[in-house]
Amino acid sequence: MIEAFNVSKSFEEHLVLDNVSCRFETGKCNLIIGQSGSGKTVLMKCLVGLFEIDKGKVEYDGRSFSKMSFDEMKSIRQEIGMMFQGGALFDSMTVEENVIFPLSMFTSQTLEEKRERANFCLSRVNLENINKLYPAELSGGMKKRVAIARAIAMNPRYLFCDEPNSGLDPLTANVIDNLISEITQEYNMTTIINTHDMNSVIEIGQKIAYIHKGKLWWEGDKDTILKSDNEELNRFVFATELTRKLK
Amino acid sequence: MIKSFLFHIGRYTLLLRQVFKKPEKQSIYIRQIMVEIDNLGLDSVGIVAFISVFMGAVLCIQMAFNIDTPLIPAYTIGFVTRQSVVLEFSPTIISLILAGKVGSRVASELGTMRVTEQIDAIEIIGINPATYLIFPKIVASVLINPILIMMSMVVAVVGGWLAGVITGLVPGSEYVFGIKAFFESYDIVYALIKTVVFAFLIVSISAYHGFYTKGGALEVGESSTKGVVHSSIAIIFLNLILTNLLLA
Repeated sequence: MIEAFNVSKSFEEHLVLDNVSCRFETGKCNLIIGQSGSGKTVLMKCLVGLFEIDKGKVEYDGRSFSKMSFDEMKSIRQEIGMMFQGGALFDSMTVEENVIFPLSMFTSQTLEEKRERANFCLSRVNLENINKLYPAELSGGMKKRVAIARAIAMNPRYLFCDEPNSGLDPLTANVIDNLISEITQEYNMTTIINTHDMNSVIEIGQKIAYIHKGKLWWEGDKDTILKSDNEELNRFVFATELTRKLK
Repeated sequence: MIKSFLFHIGRYTLLLRQVFKKPEKQSIYIRQIMVEIDNLGLDSVGIVAFISVFMGAVLCIQMAFNIDTPLIPAYTIGFVTRQSVVLEFSPTIISLILAGKVGSRVASELGTMRVTEQIDAIEIIGINPATYLIFPKIVASVLINPILIMMSMVVAVVGGWLAGVITGLVPGSEYVFGIKAFFESYDIVYALIKTVVFAFLIVSISAYHGFYTKGGALEVGESSTKGVVHSSIAIIFLNLILTNLLLA
């Protein structure tokens, strides 16, 4: 479980996160939703320690993460897998080398063992026979799946996904959503997903936090989100004709 | 402006502190150093040799035209060419050229990694990105640049000999006598000390600009330019200080 307590973050004079408190549960897909510029990505980067928070604290299963030094954070980071919006695959490495990279840095496995693990992770995200390709040779959906494979290579306890299906067609987006959901349950991870895609919300939103103007506006799940009387949330959820019809 | 300068100096110092932290896994770093020696050093052999041979030739010809009196012996041309090459041309001018080639490469590589979140990805995995990305580059440059500069010295002196002999401005034997005359091995030490300092400056300053890039493609270009300009300024400035300290 990951908990954020009264987290605030500003950039120069601009307050981006204002006193956000939220709990992300283990074994569930926890979604952070909100409009572009609402502070979702900043919240995620504060949770993983890429941004230093101004106020408040973040705890990983009771361990106070935000007060740790870089070296102390390193031990928790080895339990974190993160999939970035653009994949953030290392251009100079092949797909296999990308997946093997964390294993090479932190395990004493032989090359054979690492390759075996990479093949397993790649097959888990339905990618085979692409080990020797470079990121530039992959499609958007493939890059995201390789990023998931790299994120799960170390068997993380916590998985973060920043806009996992942005820029993907609905079918591929659905595949990615289901994949993240399956992996979360299979490994009992605490998964946090940043998204503004309503399909993901309906599909895998076991716990949802709606961020608006840097504040936590609403919390619930995929069953309650469609019935909420929160005006601001409804404006976001029922922004399209499709969701209005669904309602 | 002073506030901004102090801010950058402070942040550069803090980055260097991160760079020289204990590496996570030494075997990986040794392999990375080898890769960087290839990328930053061996890739530059061609351009360094090309520039050196022509600069040596030009130096020799200019000396020959300027020393147009029977009172000064012809071997002086070889002597002055060697001194110019060893003391200034190879360590400083070649370092400035490497600042352009290596500096822009380092800054744009790290800048692109920053804007595409690859540096964040390294940090999330639990690796210190400053050590992993910058340390091998600094070590590689500090190791390979002195070799490049020594090669440049030899090639430039040979270039001078070729130009002198082909144009008939100086007899080959006189030139060879000149390059051996009054040789002080300390000159080589002085040149190598400068080279090592410049190699460190080129990579660390360019890496600093790349590492803290914000934005997109335009900002990567800006970081690359800043890396080259600032490392060149640092080379020129340190050249004066080192010359004063080591030769005065």
